[in-house]
Amino acid sequence: MALRAPRQGYSDALIRLGEKAENLVVLDADCAKSNLTNLFKEKFPERFFNIGISECDLVGTAAGLALAGKVPFANAYANFLTGRAFDQMRISVCYANNNVKVIGHNAGTSPAQEGATHLPLEDISLMRSLPRMTVIVPADAIEMKKAVVAAYEHHGPVYLRVGKLPVPIVTKEEDPFEIGKAITFKEGSDISLISTGMMLDETLKAAAILEKEGLQAEVIHVHTIKPIDVDAITRSAAKTKRVVTVEEHSIIGGLGSAVAEVLAEHQPTPMRRVGTQDRFGVSGKMDELLDFFGLRAANIVKAAKDCFEVIKVS
Amino acid sequence: MALSESKLAYYQELAKTIRQHIVRMTHHAGSGHPGGSLSATEILTNLFFEHMNVDPQNPDWEHRDYFFLSKGHCTPVYYSVLAEKGFFPVEELLTFRDVDGRLHGHPCSEHCPGVDISSGSLGQGLSVANGVALAAKLNGTNQRAYVMIGDGELQEGQVWEAAMTTPHYQLDNVCAIVDWNKIQLDDYVENVKGLGNLVGKWRAFGWHVIEIDGHDLNQVDHAFHEAKHVKGKPTVILAHTIKGKGISFMENTDKWHGLAPNDEELELALKELV
Repeated sequence: MALRAPRQGYSDALIRLGEKAENLVVLDADCAKSNLTNLFKEKFPERFFNIGISECDLVGTAAGLALAGKVPFANAYANFLTGRAFDQMRISVCYANNNVKVIGHNAGTSPAQEGATHLPLEDISLMRSLPRMTVIVPADAIEMKKAVVAAYEHHGPVYLRVGKLPVPIVTKEEDPFEIGKAITFKEGSDISLISTGMMLDETLKAAAILEKEGLQAEVIHVHTIKPIDVDAITRSAAKTKRVVTVEEHSIIGGLGSAVAEVLAEHQPTPMRRVGTQDRFGVSGKMDELLDFFGLRAANIVKAAKDCFEVIKVS
Repeated sequence: MALSESKLAYYQELAKTIRQHIVRMTHHAGSGHPGGSLSATEILTNLFFEHMNVDPQNPDWEHRDYFFLSKGHCTPVYYSVLAEKGFFPVEELLTFRDVDGRLHGHPCSEHCPGVDISSGSLGQGLSVANGVALAAKLNGTNQRAYVMIGDGELQEGQVWEAAMTTPHYQLDNVCAIVDWNKIQLDDYVENVKGLGNLVGKWRAFGWHVIEIDGHDLNQVDHAFHEAKHVKGKPTVILAHTIKGKGISFMENTDKWHGLAPNDEELELALKELV
């Protein structure tokens, strides 16, 4: 399976968009070489601003640019951006309703050996709590390109999560992408596997394993965590009566929480959440971290079986 | 060049009217921040009536100058100036902090005409000013961005992050005003966390610094004129002011930072403002 870094898809899309969209401006917080926004800078130097190592100032400056009619993409590492500049996103961006695109790079396990300080495992949870914020977590570099265009075209604050290291390409150019619309990658009737971001790959592998064991899993990819696709989730849960969520993020406040909220109110359904537990990370290669955190197809299969064996559904 | 005598008299009278609004509004709400509003009265009056290019009939006019009240709690003076300037009716000032009104405790750009950015979490205004100033430079317009920062607010780290950004991008269309009234919520600023050599700090960051008496309308007016003519670097006006200025019992005390006058205190205050 072809591998590609989500940040590469992001950078390509940004440059292509920049050629048409003159009001697009890009800001970074001294991570342009890592976030690949340096490629945009090379092409459009007058529309690129390095704000330095100051995420709060980065987001505030982006708010001002948006107020004056620009469409700023403000880039920084996801953990520092969403942790440190949360208040600036809350007041200067969301409360003031400024059209800022906040791009959280180095997402999930992709900082790898940098260790716990650099692993953003809480960013979705934080961003999801902000009124007006749209939260998008693409599966791969192809979907990333569509997400960049959709974020630009959407008027309002958007948080876009971008991984650093190459991950498998699982979506196709022709797959649809609409903010807020989940995509069914495999239909099934026995259990719903609902994933976000790069975990779509492991989730599809888990579905293939389950199929060999005679269980038809439905795989739903939720690229937009907020607004979440209530309809797609409840319809699938009503059909399968069992749900497993899968994310490269803490099980607290991320996709698992969002789906649990939907199901609790609309379609109470036994479920399990695959994600990082309530803990910090460690240093390790990305593959090692996926094993360490239990974010593999085998873990998803086990969670699915839990739904059958532990939770007896009449 | 000093203000003409007639203009000076006009602004002095207007400042008095605005101070009356400030005490009436906080009295109406039973809460709010009169102290830091009274200290900023001459500055905002002169800025909005003499210097800013705005259109009260079209608050979102794309070629306007911008103003950001970074010390967002001082809405009594801000709303009073906006109302007197014509952004909304003066009578509306007595809906200050009402649950069904537009004049929230801290400014909300979505609801209140003339408010350019919501604020209230201290430290954020200068970054936003830098953003609109960058956009103006990109667009080749001569729009200016004004931002008022409290002296206590300078304890927020983001102010200094932003203060590095402005001169780095040579944003001479940014003018910051520090309402240097020496008092914050708890105590004198120097007792809470002192500012040290404030003039030296801003100079060292690369700013053109103008130090004035923020209640002397001629000095205020002159500073805004001077700022417009400084090229290649931003200007900060460090305005020495008196917290609670104009009402004897409110002056120079932290007591009236966030306290509303009762009926009797309102009457006493208004007597001093005739």
